[in-house]
Amino acid sequence: MSLFSNTSVLLGKELRTEFRSRELLTTTVVFILMIVVLFSFTFDPTREESRRFGPGLLWLAFLFAASLMLQPGFLREQTNDTLSALRLSVSDPFAIFLSKLCANTLFLLITELLLLPIFAVLYNVPLLGVVPQLALVLFLGSLGLSVTGTTLSAISAQARMRELLLPLLLLPLLTPLLIASTEATAALFAENPVLRWDWLAFLIAFDIIFLTAVWLFGEYLLEE
Amino acid sequence: MTSAETRRIGLRLENIDKRYGGLYALRRVSLEIAPGECVAFAGRNGSGKTTLLRIAAQLVRPSAGKLTFSPAPNESDRATKKTGFVAHATMVYDELTAEENLLLFARLLEIPEPSQRVEALLRDVGLLERRASLVRTFSRGMRQRVAIARALLHEPSVLLLDEPATGLDPQGVTWLAATLRRLRDAGSTILMSLHGESEISGLATRGIRLDAGAVVADTRTGANLRSILTFADA
Repeated sequence: MSLFSNTSVLLGKELRTEFRSRELLTTTVVFILMIVVLFSFTFDPTREESRRFGPGLLWLAFLFAASLMLQPGFLREQTNDTLSALRLSVSDPFAIFLSKLCANTLFLLITELLLLPIFAVLYNVPLLGVVPQLALVLFLGSLGLSVTGTTLSAISAQARMRELLLPLLLLPLLTPLLIASTEATAALFAENPVLRWDWLAFLIAFDIIFLTAVWLFGEYLLEE
Repeated sequence: MTSAETRRIGLRLENIDKRYGGLYALRRVSLEIAPGECVAFAGRNGSGKTTLLRIAAQLVRPSAGKLTFSPAPNESDRATKKTGFVAHATMVYDELTAEENLLLFARLLEIPEPSQRVEALLRDVGLLERRASLVRTFSRGMRQRVAIARALLHEPSVLLLDEPATGLDPQGVTWLAATLRRLRDAGSTILMSLHGESEISGLATRGIRLDAGAVVADTRTGANLRSILTFADA
């Protein structure tokens, strides 16, 4: 019970600080909008090419967004040593991680929600017929990005060259997730859209494995 | 009755080593601190005071040795939640107001009626009028007052203070000394690192001097206690 009450209190803090400053959301949205627009102008893809390359491009943009967005999660806690204050106050240290995970997933989903209509227009990809299926893929993919990214953010925050370390660790580790998300999205962008349960199962397994590992060993990540 | 009165806690440090790479921050430190003792740690910069307090707070794991609490906390009752810690950093969020900061930690600590407790503490530290101001707009001394208020939220059984008077004006030091005296008399165990004599050092019932990570003096008697804090025979 304490885990959930601590998590909801900390999630409230995460949302309040972000929506007060809007630093993270604004920067990330502008950054990935530029990526998608620049790719569109550079390649000027046909509808067929968009169906082929669009999903990969979309998930690469989300990956860049995640590496930008997840970095400050634990770095912010270092400024005034607030992570120590949290560790002294919570009943279950996993609540610290869980609140950051929930906040990061939410911020990532908001970013994706803002990007998708622009992507559909620029790349001429009809999305209206597959919105619920696409939402499911986006949720599972974003959860995987957030779990991995939040974990690595906790590790890299205590290291030297921390700004470089997160993308260096994140990109190779997320390759399987990126492939599964791209394949599942590509199947939805096809002429006859289908929900690929095999890739969805892969995404679910990825999320569960990483979440379980963090739940078991997360306390060590927060130690000095 | 305060929580400290109901849960008096002592600490035992056995052969504690802390290494950072090849450098020893603490070397075979063994101390028995009785419940309700008020211990002042003195020593030059880099002597290991901060590391010792962070190990006592269980924020840093020792490289060797053991830290135990007596009585030992049960499984559902984390020892860290009985500890209040004032560090060099303020340990509060600059982007939140003083009131939001204290409410956040009061809710995490599951303090009953957190709003009333926070209001009372803000009044005590003289920040009630600035309760709605962001901490980043505060002076160093005001931030230190919020930091101390955060550590005192749950009337901790063990209070760890790392140079707590930093940035405080004379009135702030007097208030802190009075608060610590009340907590000490109520049974809280207090460990604090200090430089020199002050109203706060006068509360100490025991003085320990550290040098290069080792305990070099430990006394409970008045004259020796004073010399430990002032480096008189260093």
